[in-house]
Amino acid sequence: MTAPAPLKQTPLNAIHRAAGARMVDFGGWDMPVNYGSQIEEHHAVRTDAGMFDVSHMQVVDFHGARVREFLTRALANNVAKLKVPGKALYSCLLNEQGTVIDDLIAYYFTEDFFRLVVNAGTAEKDVAWFNALNAQWGTGLTITPRKDFAMIAVQGPKAREKVWAVLANIRKGTEEMKPFNGFLTDDGGMVARTGYTGEDGFEIVVPATSVEALWNQLVAAGVRPCGLGARDTLRLEAGMNLYGQDMDETVNPLDAGLAWTVDLQSDRDFVGKAALKAKPATQQFIGLILQEKGGVLRAHQEVLTPAGKGEITSGTFSPSMQQSIALARIPLGVAPGAIVQVVIRDKQLAAKVVNLPFVRHGKVLAS
Amino acid sequence: MKAPETLKYTATHEWVKTEGDGTVTVGITDHAQEALGDIVFLELPKVGAKGAAGEQIAVIESVKAASDIYFPVAGEVVAINEALTTTPEQVNADAFAAWMFKIKPDNAGDVDKLMSAADYAVSAS
Repeated sequence: MTAPAPLKQTPLNAIHRAAGARMVDFGGWDMPVNYGSQIEEHHAVRTDAGMFDVSHMQVVDFHGARVREFLTRALANNVAKLKVPGKALYSCLLNEQGTVIDDLIAYYFTEDFFRLVVNAGTAEKDVAWFNALNAQWGTGLTITPRKDFAMIAVQGPKAREKVWAVLANIRKGTEEMKPFNGFLTDDGGMVARTGYTGEDGFEIVVPATSVEALWNQLVAAGVRPCGLGARDTLRLEAGMNLYGQDMDETVNPLDAGLAWTVDLQSDRDFVGKAALKAKPATQQFIGLILQEKGGVLRAHQEVLTPAGKGEITSGTFSPSMQQSIALARIPLGVAPGAIVQVVIRDKQLAAKVVNLPFVRHGKVLAS
Repeated sequence: MKAPETLKYTATHEWVKTEGDGTVTVGITDHAQEALGDIVFLELPKVGAKGAAGEQIAVIESVKAASDIYFPVAGEVVAINEALTTTPEQVNADAFAAWMFKIKPDNAGDVDKLMSAADYAVSAS
């Protein structure tokens, strides 16, 4: 037997441990799941400001004259939508079978420089995939995983104010910045008005050498450290997919609620398009709210509907709604408002089908 | 680790308190609640339920995960803390005060065979 590989650490690892965080193995990374009550961390983001160490995520820089052409073919969403420098686009990265290698955000800065942010567990696979396409297509790009960067996501209705209190120099460049845009900073990093919680806020990319000071300053400014536990309940309430859980290389994005990110209308060709055209959606991705007591909705529980069986892909107890909620793939033809049955242990419990998201900007939208 | 010396413990993180009336009171340890995180659901057995040591008796769920609770010794459930099912977060607040059920053991001597606080501390670490 070989010993398991040691867990990777972000530059903030010692800070998390000193703060008493409960640490877990998250896709090979030693990450904080909470610093105390995960529910209190969740509420801090919905009502004030919280922050997450997301340094395990990978910034990948793409330089070269043909970068737009390359991403036009490589990504399922269309980078033609990126016309103004700084604009960001959420996209799936598909293989030729039309299933999901990863989901990511692409930022356009100049015609020879785009920046992508990809998931931690998939980063090496993604970079290898991009390098292979770059070689195959002869696009001559320089593709650089920025191992020298760290990233903090500051989220909540008061997140931006509290960031500006610490980083006064970026206020001018980011005050008028619309959601889903990024701003390049002097140190090569970035401040983007993006997140994974359904709240306003910034994702801040900084050199790894300065992330500890930034974290401490944000704590002093009243931003509450939050772990991956709260990150999961927040993104689930916001109806956002988690790669590896709600979709992966066995799943077609059209079945995972991501049809809105896949451009099948234009003439543009992209990796996976032919497969998607040949295999239309067979399932729909919806929200569920548990209607009775008896447990908590969890991934892999079976969903029984009049149109056939489905499956929960992510489930939890929603701190904002005080009810159990889930994301699920169920057969087409079950309308919002329908009551379905979820199998929890030895019981079948009623759950209501709802449109996503459950919660956005502090308000419950689904009931 | 918080583990009162007056209680007995199981490897599956139940605490067991011997009462004067021939019954034992059962809950889960502080270590267990901390590992589970915010607790949001508790399903207790019915009074009269019988089981062997190690048999599943109750279910507890946190935001993170579901976990089973087991009979620490063979016996019959003689009381449950129904109020705790509506305020399961009390288990996080004080795990040793948040009792879940009382059992009348089939053999009173079985309780003595459970772990001491010191043994539990080693077992759980």
